[in-house]
Amino acid sequence: MGGWFWWMIFGMAAVTYLPRAIPLTFLEGRELPLPVQHVLRNIPYAVLGALIFPAIFFVQENVWFGVIGAAAAFGIAFAGADVMVVVLGSIAILAVYSLIF
Amino acid sequence: MDARGFTAGLKAGTSIAIGYFPIALTFGLLAKTTGLSIIEATAMSIFVFAGAAQYISLSLIAAGVAPAVIVLNTFIVNIRHFLMTAALNEKMQPEARWKKAIYAFGVTDESFSVLATQKGGRLRTAFAAGVILISYGSWVIFTAIGHLIGANLPQFLQASMSIALYAMFVGLLVPSMRGNRKVVSLAVIAALTNSFFYFTEWLSTGWAIMVSTLVSAVFVELISPKEVKS
Repeated sequence: MGGWFWWMIFGMAAVTYLPRAIPLTFLEGRELPLPVQHVLRNIPYAVLGALIFPAIFFVQENVWFGVIGAAAAFGIAFAGADVMVVVLGSIAILAVYSLIF
Repeated sequence: MDARGFTAGLKAGTSIAIGYFPIALTFGLLAKTTGLSIIEATAMSIFVFAGAAQYISLSLIAAGVAPAVIVLNTFIVNIRHFLMTAALNEKMQPEARWKKAIYAFGVTDESFSVLATQKGGRLRTAFAAGVILISYGSWVIFTAIGHLIGANLPQFLQASMSIALYAMFVGLLVPSMRGNRKVVSLAVIAALTNSFFYFTEWLSTGWAIMVSTLVSAVFVELISPKEVKS
């Protein structure tokens, strides 16, 4: 890669950083209108729904992988396990699945 | 305010570090095959720290796309973080702007999810620093190692570890869903909207996640103004 590569990295870094930094610094100490605050409090759970579906089904070309992984993760999580157990348990179940099939 | 500090943050961020491990390793490997040196590949992870955008940039570099277009594309993919950091601001302790400007660098989909779903009151900056540092460390170190060894994990392990970050998202979401219909509605409506955009291909992934999140958060607020328990 040539000198352009470093300019590109610099540009990528800037346009990645700004959307992260502007709201956190600009909104510091500012009280937003209540309805906006309520919508913002909803964001984390909505984001999780959108991050999980449908991408979880397509982690591998074989869609069964995603389906079994999703079932494992939800099953373990609904059983009341800690996040780390959900992560390691889902990996373990898929590892067993891929060794068998 | 939540009392937990840096060490508790490191612990809470460990599942992100595990989830980043296979993705960063593969990124390092792909960067090598795309022709990036180990310095260039690692520098991208050090300075950009955005998984999806970095992966896309590799395929664009390989296709000979102009650098300015790659930068623009990176911006488009990351616009959703405006929404996430605005939401995260409601969860963080009041803090000097320069400190927030520093930890803002480490807000990814994953660190946002871990921070924003913590139970209890506002989080300390030190806790966020812990979550971010362990995630960032994993991302940077395993990018370098992926390039260095130039090989992937055994296929079965690589494949099974690809579920890790999604399993983490599930593990963060489910406890909040229990007995809270509002949280269930938020997640389900966003999931359905995002799937709709995915299958119709009306929006690219970055936009789709942002629009479906916003649609769900506003819609659910209109039909059920009761507050979500945090």
